[in-house]
Amino acid sequence: MAELTSPIAGKVWKIMVAVGDKVEMDDELIILEALKMETPVYSEESGTVSAIMIKEGDPINEGDILISIG
Amino acid sequence: MLNIFKELVYSSGVVNLTAGNIFMWLIAFVLLYLAIKKQYEPLLLLPISFGILVVNLPLTFLMEPEHGLIWFFYHYGIEMDIIPPLIFLGLGAMIDFGPLIANPKTLLLGAGAQVGLYVTFFAALLFGFDLKEAASIGIIGGADGPTTIYLGSKLAPHMLGATAVSAYAYMALVPIIQPPIMRLLTSEQERKIDMGKMRPVSRLQKIIFPVLTAMIVMLLAPPSAPLIAMLMLGNLFRESGVVERLTNASSNELMNIVTIFQGLSVGATMTATVFLNPKVLFVFFLGLFAFTVSTATGLLMAKFMNLFLKNKINPLIGAAGVSAVPMAARCVHKVGSEANRRNYLLMHAMGPNVAGVIGTVAAAAIFLKNLG
Repeated sequence: MAELTSPIAGKVWKIMVAVGDKVEMDDELIILEALKMETPVYSEESGTVSAIMIKEGDPINEGDILISIG
Repeated sequence: MLNIFKELVYSSGVVNLTAGNIFMWLIAFVLLYLAIKKQYEPLLLLPISFGILVVNLPLTFLMEPEHGLIWFFYHYGIEMDIIPPLIFLGLGAMIDFGPLIANPKTLLLGAGAQVGLYVTFFAALLFGFDLKEAASIGIIGGADGPTTIYLGSKLAPHMLGATAVSAYAYMALVPIIQPPIMRLLTSEQERKIDMGKMRPVSRLQKIIFPVLTAMIVMLLAPPSAPLIAMLMLGNLFRESGVVERLTNASSNELMNIVTIFQGLSVGATMTATVFLNPKVLFVFFLGLFAFTVSTATGLLMAKFMNLFLKNKINPLIGAAGVSAVPMAARCVHKVGSEANRRNYLLMHAMGPNVAGVIGTVAAAAIFLKNLG
């Protein structure tokens, strides 16, 4: 069980995965928006998405948990 | 009957057109195209280009002193220094100084990236510009629109159109101008440096910052007062958290209103007779030079600091020391993530980026004090 945290403060722009999806290391999981720029967040391991803590449009801070991968 | 017709023809603008006017229309059309189609700084370029167009329609007298509509905007807004400080109020209400407070040494990068401004000042003197003209050209290297206009209207109003347009043009071109210089002056290894998480900044620190900075900068460089006072007031609105209405008014409504008058007035200074002279056109070349040197010295300053730092900074963030908020920071982030896609430099680059704004204002104050 691992948690993916936000590397940057901003807003959730797009969520590219759903609960139950299999993901690989380095997959693009979420796109954040900060200062009008889209910034992708990549998976740090391979596994299955077990929970998504955010929804599109949410404001987030650096270090917030985005999704967990089991 | 014939006489009436004759008079009608001679009082129309058409017969009074010059080739220069038509050339200025072309410039206006190109800028309009860039603003609308390419979206290069459209909020500014659109009113500027329209200003250029209308002032080059003969006999409209829009810029006629004491008569013309746009002259009144220009006189009361720009010549009397009302608009640039109001824009700074709005900027202050929008800028988060958190990244600078979290990492105060990035202030040095903001200072490092002002070198291009002084180098260009001396270069312009060599090319035959006088002291005041040279200063208002050099300030383009600070990549800060309102400051360029503020200084230019005081020192060299006849070149204001050129200096302002080149400052805004180069800010829009940051993603094209900066990356080659960044790649040239840093190694792949340096670009990969991950700066980790940023130190959290408390609300109290964010509130103290604008008050303290206003006091320190104005005590050290009094002529910076109009710009710094408004910038820090706007920021205090924002960080205090208790005057949201004032924060919004400064950063939205007021900012938008004065932007219209600023753009139109600056554009309207560009009549064919004033603008189309080789000396003024040369400003664009020197402005680019200033911008390039500032980017380079920002990067080199960061590399120099790394000689002494245990936790190395990514030298790319030095390039964000030219103000151009937040275009330069975005550009740093992009080049950094090309080298290492897990590298999130955006917020780290905002530190030198906002420091650059303060640095440019300080530089303008020094010029004003000595030349104004």
